[in-house]
Amino acid sequence: MQKKVFQLLVDNTSGVLSRISGLFSRRGYNIESITAGVTADPRFHRITIVATGDDQILEQIEKQVAKLVDIRDIRELKPDESVYRELALIKVKAAASERQGVISLAGIFRANIIDVASDSLIVEMTGDQSKIDAFLSLLEGYEILELARTGIAGLCRGSENVIHITE
Amino acid sequence: MIGADAIIKCLEAEGVEVVFGYPGVAICPFYNSILESDIKTVLIRTEQNAAHAASGMARLTGKPGVCAVTSGPGATNVITGIATAFADSIPLVCITGQVNSELLGSDVFQEADITGAVESFVKYSYLVKKVQDIPKIFKEAFYIANSGRKGPVLIDIPIDIQNATINNFHYPEEVSLRTYKPTVKGNMVQIKKVVKELEKAKRPIICAGGGVLLSEAEKELRAFAEAHKIPVVSTMMGIGVMPTKHPLYYGMVGNNGKAYANRAMNESDLLIMVGARVADRAISQPDLITQNKVLVHIDVDPAEIGKNAGPTIPLVGDAKHIFEDLLSAQDCECEHEDWIKTLDEYRISMEKKRTPNPAYVDPAAFITRLSEKMQDNGVYVADVGQNQIWSCGYHIVKDGKFLTSGGMGTMGYSIPAAMGAKLGDMSRQVIAVCGDGSFQMSMMELATIRQHNIPVKIIVLKNNYLGMVRQYQHFTYKDNYSVVDLSGSPDLEKLASAYDLPFFRLNDMNNMEEVLDAFLKEDESVLLECLIDPMDLV
Repeated sequence: MQKKVFQLLVDNTSGVLSRISGLFSRRGYNIESITAGVTADPRFHRITIVATGDDQILEQIEKQVAKLVDIRDIRELKPDESVYRELALIKVKAAASERQGVISLAGIFRANIIDVASDSLIVEMTGDQSKIDAFLSLLEGYEILELARTGIAGLCRGSENVIHITE
Repeated sequence: MIGADAIIKCLEAEGVEVVFGYPGVAICPFYNSILESDIKTVLIRTEQNAAHAASGMARLTGKPGVCAVTSGPGATNVITGIATAFADSIPLVCITGQVNSELLGSDVFQEADITGAVESFVKYSYLVKKVQDIPKIFKEAFYIANSGRKGPVLIDIPIDIQNATINNFHYPEEVSLRTYKPTVKGNMVQIKKVVKELEKAKRPIICAGGGVLLSEAEKELRAFAEAHKIPVVSTMMGIGVMPTKHPLYYGMVGNNGKAYANRAMNESDLLIMVGARVADRAISQPDLITQNKVLVHIDVDPAEIGKNAGPTIPLVGDAKHIFEDLLSAQDCECEHEDWIKTLDEYRISMEKKRTPNPAYVDPAAFITRLSEKMQDNGVYVADVGQNQIWSCGYHIVKDGKFLTSGGMGTMGYSIPAAMGAKLGDMSRQVIAVCGDGSFQMSMMELATIRQHNIPVKIIVLKNNYLGMVRQYQHFTYKDNYSVVDLSGSPDLEKLASAYDLPFFRLNDMNNMEEVLDAFLKEDESVLLECLIDPMDLV
């Protein structure tokens, strides 16, 4: 099993996300995360998909997605040529006595404390998946009450591979 | 002008001549507006058959077939027909009425999320939200359905949009789709690689699928095969790419195909697969077609290439363009006399020997004789079941067409598809051949045939069993038959008389010649029942 990150540029039509996710579920492809948002040109959306499978499946994913009418472009974001970022919100159980420990760990990871309650706090952190995983493993001594991860968004480095949208 | 008028204008602009369908309240504005048009309407007796009829028509005219049904059950009934067309890449435009757009999502009477329900069986679908979008959507729908890898497109139109006023109707002359641009021209580098391999090959073969027919590339394929003496086999959907009796044609491959066709393909050293999916019924062991040979896979859909077998040379494009380019790119003298001689020997020694029961009609001999007597450009529509396998094995295509539901294997396809084919080209003889199971799945269309005087000829191979399943239970469950007995079926002679259709029956082979002649001579629609051995195997 391999993991690949795909970057899609899609027409901003109603139902485009369901067409893509429907394709994954009916063909039995594994999807690890999917994020979507509008691009600088409001007619288009950028979608980042992390998928797993063997080489043949990953090739099929790329071809089958490319075939959908609303898809302008799909390409792999190779790890060494791309940047990936994920946002995680982590609600940690921390009484007043434990609070400082969590805050200093967050500081090391350049994460922010965005909410403090009497017995918990919410940490916001951004990074690639391994950074977030590393932070979560350091929190093992604490109780994580809730965790929300967005899945990664990614872009290719440099200006060479930018798709210029033309009519 | 209202939305419904605009839809009719769009269909007229696309040259649509016939709409198959079934009205209901949600599509009534459309059926009211169509009265003002020259477009012929055919009231089908169940919605599934509207899509099958449109499919038969598309396969004759090369243009998308059109059907129009109402919301809710009308729309859900048409799904099987859409899925059948999708599996065989047949271009359709299906129009469904929908409830008032303000009520969408509130589960009102006859509301069904049809765009959601057909998502996996359509090339694309639209839910029309603004009346002004109608011209653009129809233009796109017809273009998407009939370009690249063809397929069905569904347009769902709420009744209030059909009734809304549209100003300045203008049908676009060109489609501008930012995201959809199918590749039709083959890459010249890849084409040159194919030519190089062909120069080296000792045992080349072409395996042609339905894509060759969809791209209307039969002439080009024949010219290419003849120029370089390359034998040709076909998949079920590819039957008709070459006349059956063409010296270079070696029949249908697959587990229901000719043994010599499979052997030819497996023993080749260069296999050119074109417009075929390498699907399980045609190629049961994909590794065999990649071993010890160069596999060239030509398809307009890049996703089909490498899906089931990894080719040596992938070649994306439309078969017609590619064969034209291949023909002009190559001028080598290719002779494969030894190879062709070997295949000719296989053809004789490996032909299946049947031992027909003389008490019944032998479907193999009957189908062969029928096709010899058919008009050269006649259309033979095979249904699904044992009858389909016999039709594939023994029908002789001359200059005509062979239609069937290959990918989905939808029983009941033949009669509505034959109706569509006939209306697509009234000059051709059209014959539907079905079993007594598949006949009963669409026999309500005898009324449509009667009402609209569609002179299709219908043959029912009757064995009182769901023969294909019975055969499977014979082999797999040691004759433990379960739910395959068709007792209770109607007397077809009485049925024909109820619909006022001429009727013939063949009990055995004795008077086949006279009965076939009389059957083929009828000008109007006619029913022929052939009693076949219930225990016969394909």
